[in-house]
Amino acid sequence: MLELRSITAGYTRNAPVVRDVSLTVAPGESVGLLGPSGCGKSTLARVAALLHRPDSGTLLLDGEPVRHWRHRAPRDRRTAFGVVFQQARLSADPRLPLTDLIAEPLRATGRGREVPDRIAQLAPVVGLTPDLLTRRPHEVSDGQLQRACLARALVLRPRLLVCDEMTAMLDASTAAALVAAVEDYRAATGAALLAVGHDRTLLERWCDRTVHWESLS
Amino acid sequence: MLSVRGLSVRFLMPGGRRVAAVTGARFDVAAGECLALIGESGCGKSVLASALLGLLPGNAQTAGSALLGDLDLLAADERTLARTVRGRLIGLVPQSPAAHLTPVRTVRSQLEETVAALTATRGRAALRAAAEAAAERAAFPASHLDRHPHELSGGLAQRAATALALVGGAPLLLADEPTTGLDRDLVDRTVDELRRHVDEPGPGNGTGRALLMITHDLAAAERIADRVAVMYAGRIVELADAAAFFGEPGPRHPYSRGLLQALPDRAFTPVPGMPPELGDLPDGCAFAARCDRATDTCAAPPPAGTVACHHPHVPEDARA
Repeated sequence: MLELRSITAGYTRNAPVVRDVSLTVAPGESVGLLGPSGCGKSTLARVAALLHRPDSGTLLLDGEPVRHWRHRAPRDRRTAFGVVFQQARLSADPRLPLTDLIAEPLRATGRGREVPDRIAQLAPVVGLTPDLLTRRPHEVSDGQLQRACLARALVLRPRLLVCDEMTAMLDASTAAALVAAVEDYRAATGAALLAVGHDRTLLERWCDRTVHWESLS
Repeated sequence: MLSVRGLSVRFLMPGGRRVAAVTGARFDVAAGECLALIGESGCGKSVLASALLGLLPGNAQTAGSALLGDLDLLAADERTLARTVRGRLIGLVPQSPAAHLTPVRTVRSQLEETVAALTATRGRAALRAAAEAAAERAAFPASHLDRHPHELSGGLAQRAATALALVGGAPLLLADEPTTGLDRDLVDRTVDELRRHVDEPGPGNGTGRALLMITHDLAAAERIADRVAVMYAGRIVELADAAAFFGEPGPRHPYSRGLLQALPDRAFTPVPGMPPELGDLPDGCAFAARCDRATDTCAAPPPAGTVACHHPHVPEDARA
């Protein structure tokens, strides 16, 4: 469903972080992308999630080339993706209680009416108790906040999940719980997964197929 | 070296609520030994570290004792802590070195400042030489000394922070999540370097340093630790020899077993449920609600000792 063809991307001119990389994720497939810190794998994940426009190369979503990134991408394409980042603290608005954090994508797409139902469905899936839902990010632990960020990524029922080092900051039990939540969602909906990380043991256990960064270009 | 007895920390919250962050912690760390304190996030590990350094916020109450040599860290006043403990008796290897270093100054200038503050070294040339020696002890390359923290990779920033922690020749190193967010190779390198500082003849008596490493990274703990303390809901629930804990016969407390089984190279199944709120702990065993061995007995506080459990796993040979 997602195909990256010779993507080159970076943040400054003439110094690309990602150089001529190709990667395909089939419908329903889970792909682990393995590489060391600083190799550019997170940048590639951002390109794949339409969050960063590449300098060159083609991105095909369901066979159609992507022409617009970030806020310029059509809504139905943007909402095909759910993204979970490494640092939950940096990807959560500190002013929002967890309920509103999870509900934000629904409200932003004009589906605010579905909020109570979706929250009630998702909270047990990611293991959040009702008393946690009313708290703000500074009142919960990293693990609890990442659970909320996963719920936010699932709230629009994405067809592809991009998890960029989702469990790198978490203890073993929380990591296993979040991976189980992702796999339950994929089993129920047939969504595809691109999991980026540096932990070989984790990715090989989690994904159908694990590719090494060096082998991509 | 460090001897902690009955250490408890309570936070007084608005409205008279009390949060039991640490309850009755008891452990020792000897010179030349590494004790890894492991547990889920939010279980009270970092509060314990702050208590040892006297860095708790004003609404905290402590009880018990933490003897470092003859000095009780919990009873010491701020003046003693500032002048003789921090940096001199206890070196802190911080969780996020990038945030610990001053962003606007070079590594060299920060090392020289620390050397001047903590040792009797005086004079520009002597400080420069001492700073370079400190960098070398932590395997920080001299070619990078004139860089600012943002110009360093995660691994080099970690070494710079470790170099600062070693300057004062502290006999006890306290490492608070030193490997969070690093990739596996870097984790291995960082803990191997910490281990080297434990093993090499330390300042003074030449028996090596003691290291208390707080971590949720079980692989890092397995690589470095001599002994393991497992913390759950503010209590140390199991103290064990690291080889027995990670190998055979394995942990004895059901929580420790669950934690190990969550690893991707083991069962990869989470401990069911969530840790309890520290402000609302049950009277009995705090793990009972998540435990598959729990019975009515677990409503009573678990026994004190190396395994705080009414129904610990028993090694096969002992059962026969």
